[in-house]
Amino acid sequence: MAASEDSNESKIRTVFGSVLSLFILILIGVLAFSIRLFSVIKYESVIHEFDPYFNYRVTQFLTKNGIYDFWNWFDDRTWYPLGRVIGGTVYPGLTLTAGSIWWLLNSLNIPLSVETVCVFTAPIFSANAAWATYLLTKEVKGTGAGLTAAALLAMVPSYISRSVAGSYDNEAVAIFALIFTFYLYIKTLNTGSLFYATLNAITYFYMVCSWGGYTFIINLIPMHVLLCIVTGRYSSRLYIAYAPLVVLGTLLAALVPVVGFNAVMTSEHFASFLVFIIIHVVALVYYIKGILSPKMFKVAVTLVVSVGLVVCCAVVAVLIALVASSPTKGWSGRSLSLLDPTYASKYIPIIASVSEHQPPTWPSYFMDINVLAFLVPAGIVACFLPLSDASSFVVLYIVTSVYFSGVMVRLMLVLAPAACILSGIALSEAFDVLTRSIKFQLPGLSENSQIDAGDTTSSSVVTQNDAAKTNKNEDTLKERPSRKTRKKEKEHVEKTSIKSQIKKRLLVLPLEASIAAIFLLVLLGAFYVVHCVWAAAEAYSAPSIVLTSHSHDGLHVFDDFREAYAWLRHNTEVDDKVASWWDYGYQTTAMANRTVIVDNNTWNNTHIATVGTAMSSPEKAAWEIFNSLDVKYVLVVFGGLVGYPSDDINKFLWMVRIGGGVFPHIREPDYLRDGQYRIDSQATPTMLNCLMYKLSYFRFVETDGKGFDRVRRTEIGKKYFKLTHFEEVFTTHHWMVRIYKLKPPKNRIRVKTKKSKSKASSTTSSKRSGKRKKNPWQ
Amino acid sequence: MAAQLRFRLALVFSVFALLSLLARSSSQDLQIANAERRIDLTSHIIKVFLTLKVENTGASPASEILLAFPPTQVDHLAVVKAAATVGKRKKKTYQPLDVNPSEQPDSPNGTKYFSVSLLKPLGKGESVTLEVFYILTHSLEPFPVEISQSESQLVYYRDSAIILSPYAIKQQTTYIKTPGTKVESYTRVDPTIHAGKELKYGPYDEQPPYSYSPIVIHFENNNPFAVVEELVREVEISHWGSIQITEHYKLVHAGARHKGIFSRVEYQSRPSISGVSSFKHILARLPPRVHSVYYRDEIGNISSSHLRMDSRKSELEIEPRYPLFGGWKATFVIGYGVPLEDFLFESSDGRRYLNFTFGCPLVETVVDKLTVKVVLPEGSKEPSAVVPFPVDQHLETSYSYLDVVGRTVVVLEKKNVVPEHSIPFQVYYNFNPIFMLAEPFMLASVFFFFFMACVAYLHIDLSIRK
Repeated sequence: MAASEDSNESKIRTVFGSVLSLFILILIGVLAFSIRLFSVIKYESVIHEFDPYFNYRVTQFLTKNGIYDFWNWFDDRTWYPLGRVIGGTVYPGLTLTAGSIWWLLNSLNIPLSVETVCVFTAPIFSANAAWATYLLTKEVKGTGAGLTAAALLAMVPSYISRSVAGSYDNEAVAIFALIFTFYLYIKTLNTGSLFYATLNAITYFYMVCSWGGYTFIINLIPMHVLLCIVTGRYSSRLYIAYAPLVVLGTLLAALVPVVGFNAVMTSEHFASFLVFIIIHVVALVYYIKGILSPKMFKVAVTLVVSVGLVVCCAVVAVLIALVASSPTKGWSGRSLSLLDPTYASKYIPIIASVSEHQPPTWPSYFMDINVLAFLVPAGIVACFLPLSDASSFVVLYIVTSVYFSGVMVRLMLVLAPAACILSGIALSEAFDVLTRSIKFQLPGLSENSQIDAGDTTSSSVVTQNDAAKTNKNEDTLKERPSRKTRKKEKEHVEKTSIKSQIKKRLLVLPLEASIAAIFLLVLLGAFYVVHCVWAAAEAYSAPSIVLTSHSHDGLHVFDDFREAYAWLRHNTEVDDKVASWWDYGYQTTAMANRTVIVDNNTWNNTHIATVGTAMSSPEKAAWEIFNSLDVKYVLVVFGGLVGYPSDDINKFLWMVRIGGGVFPHIREPDYLRDGQYRIDSQATPTMLNCLMYKLSYFRFVETDGKGFDRVRRTEIGKKYFKLTHFEEVFTTHHWMVRIYKLKPPKNRIRVKTKKSKSKASSTTSSKRSGKRKKNPWQ
Repeated sequence: MAAQLRFRLALVFSVFALLSLLARSSSQDLQIANAERRIDLTSHIIKVFLTLKVENTGASPASEILLAFPPTQVDHLAVVKAAATVGKRKKKTYQPLDVNPSEQPDSPNGTKYFSVSLLKPLGKGESVTLEVFYILTHSLEPFPVEISQSESQLVYYRDSAIILSPYAIKQQTTYIKTPGTKVESYTRVDPTIHAGKELKYGPYDEQPPYSYSPIVIHFENNNPFAVVEELVREVEISHWGSIQITEHYKLVHAGARHKGIFSRVEYQSRPSISGVSSFKHILARLPPRVHSVYYRDEIGNISSSHLRMDSRKSELEIEPRYPLFGGWKATFVIGYGVPLEDFLFESSDGRRYLNFTFGCPLVETVVDKLTVKVVLPEGSKEPSAVVPFPVDQHLETSYSYLDVVGRTVVVLEKKNVVPEHSIPFQVYYNFNPIFMLAEPFMLASVFFFFFMACVAYLHIDLSIRK
């Protein structure tokens, strides 16, 4: 074995390996993009669900009016009569990203519409997220693990659910920003380079722009820093990775209008400042330790500790006083419900009413991360062999995200990248061990035949090749970064590599067992792929504004929502106000271009409660509430005819609860018969006379003669009734959306004029007070 | 402005010339021996067929025959066509004649004229039979103006029982065809006969010039009053083999406005009496061999449409998102591609020309304002449009995929367009096929320079410390 030949061969191998991994990465990007196109192929290129419609509308405004008008945008189309300052209350990252993509394409004379750009933003950023995962995992455990993790992330169902084409929501870009911030943190930690530290602060800024979940980063990184300090892993690299991030990151975060001074004022950020102080103390201690003799150092420690304790107590006392003075202890409602999972259901029905804020069930774990749930423990074990700064970070990441995902279904999204990274590590290590033991026992087998053996199924190609390649390039890979780092690490890594080489000899499994294990792992991977494709195609691709059903005579399309919104858009006055439950607020403003009373940005509980109260009041009281809000049309969603389960009758109890939370005359028990929610003949009279019931079931009995509700699977309680204060102006083809108009107050005026005639001398003040009595909601 | 002025001057001069020519054979010398008018009120596009037998009783030959219209009708006049009948009975053929708006110095009550130029002047004592066809739009006035869902739509039609003409008419009859037998009321100008779907006014004898006898007919008309307020058709030519057409519609039901409630249960369970004047289907006639058809609006695809294709035509049946009642509006976009070779030809002098249909592809609709934009490929020069009727035209520049100099757009605008305007027009232009390669070349060079830059970057050492 001549040394020159060997180095030549290894060089070719390195080049071949990096070209191969580049191609694999490109393929992973293509996979991540194309698996999210099921929604476009099966349905159409359209914005999905609720929040994306708001983001789409904001993007339209941005592209039309420019960035300065965007910051100053006061939206009078929503929360009538309050309005909403969009520029100051929205996370602008997603909008600015899509806006700049659109601007770039248009300056190249590629005339894509804003809608198209918005629809495809999420798949593009999923590909970016997969590449960021590769980088992060590569920093932790090498290229093989990186490629495996990237491939897993490209198709993890949890992430697909939030980033299919058309799902134009903050999370789509935020997950990329999250992973990339973590990557740059680990990269800085591994290299100690200020360049990466600065980049890290900038990506953190992008993350702050994109999603409220940035608080996860600004709490997780301090936790990791603290962990490193406690376990005696403090180094100057850690300092460089952390201190610039806090300083620059906080300054940059304060630039985002929606965050502003929250970046230093709220409790979510206190951990980072505390750790910032601690790391400086530790750094100082290390410095002093270096310049003082051990004896002097001991003296200094006792002095500093005694003085320091007094100062600390004072500071902590001030802080506690400050925090305690605010009603929520400085925490926002959503964060509090993270720390105390029962908080929301106890105090904030509006947060609890959102299905994605509920705790997940076990099947949803299997649905969303599938086999990764079983691979994660193996990955954690692999992270401890050997434990480095980077791998301890990944372990911390998975542990915290598992907790958060257990509190809120939505945060499953944060768990997914961690699960992918750890499963990638686990799979890669397993293949590493298994292929090595095969290779060890079949010395005659050359590398070529190994690659041939890898070409069994498409899914196994990636993973097996990765494994084989990492195996081959193990030494070079381990050596290359070490060359760049300082001597200490070099020695350390070399030591570990020698150690691991020795270990490799020892870790040999029987041939049959390893072949069987490889086969099983490939099977597991294949199962994961099949599940992901199924989830992407069937479970998560429905845009929810257009529904389809398969019946014996083919595909049936329910396009009622857009029918109603288009009707509102073209056949009502531009300034008409439309009242509906808040779920449909964003869609109404975006698709119908009409002013709404409440929308999905649930910032004003009282306003939502007012609408909830109106919906649960009898017709006349409801008319008065709506009239006081200048409402002209009331929109209800009704699924009873076609069996669409998420309609307003099923959401009605939340309206009662939220309304009752502010206006105590609405009491939930009035709507329940023996604790049961029902709309049949056993229902309470309050229920059968409330506005929501009447608007939903008005003339419903005439469709089939019995009034059979297909969602509740029962005949409705009150079948024949008339509306006195509302008139039906539009009902969609499948009755899914019904729009009513408030009748003009004709009768009331006549009564009043009579009164005023009879009491000619009545003063204006008494009249006014009479009015006020009538309408307590003004 | 200047062009308009010049046009006006030219018009005035031509009128003067005409007058001097006609000075002797003024209108009094011509007379109409027999006139028959058939007014078809079955749809909201009113078609009038007028047969005139014109005699020259004066001394000098007449080369022009004037048609008179009351000012209220002129604004709604979409098409006026005239043809001379040649031959007798079975060998009868029609020769199309030129019809131009003209002005007369002493027109009573703002009467507007169209002059029909005869192929050869009408000599003394000769007679000619003219077939005149004209179309009126927006001339049915709904009354009551607002109707509820269960009512049917009644409209007024106003006209004159006696044909307005600058010439004396010896004998005339007017037949008016209504869509149904239900006629609420009509003005009687004896003799008037109402039988079935037809109203007959006349015959009236020896009416002097400019006789006028206003009539109002109030009748039921439940045909869809589909009016496209604005239609923009974009025809984009790509020499790579396809023509892409995008049509933006603003559709409105121009009949009696819907008032009060719209009850879906009544609409669905009693279709014969509920919402009879509303419509939910529209048929669009597209060219044959059409491909990649889409039908959508600003909030996405509209899933209710059917495409039927055969070798001669394609029919796209579209349903707006909701049935259109009186006064309701809808906007949508129809887009499709057609093969290039069906519509683009090379003329004998080497120029290319596009031969395409002008009007709106929707059946039985009036377009208030039609804009046709022909987007020529990048690098085409000297565009000129040939349209068989007067239109406003100007040029624009648009930028599409990776354009550098922009594409020339020929914009043709016309108001009050009816299905009779769906006739071919041509746009001629010069095009050098080398321009087709510009964009692929640009892309190739961008990638080339990108890879060159990569190679260069890999071979340059930028580090300060050696």
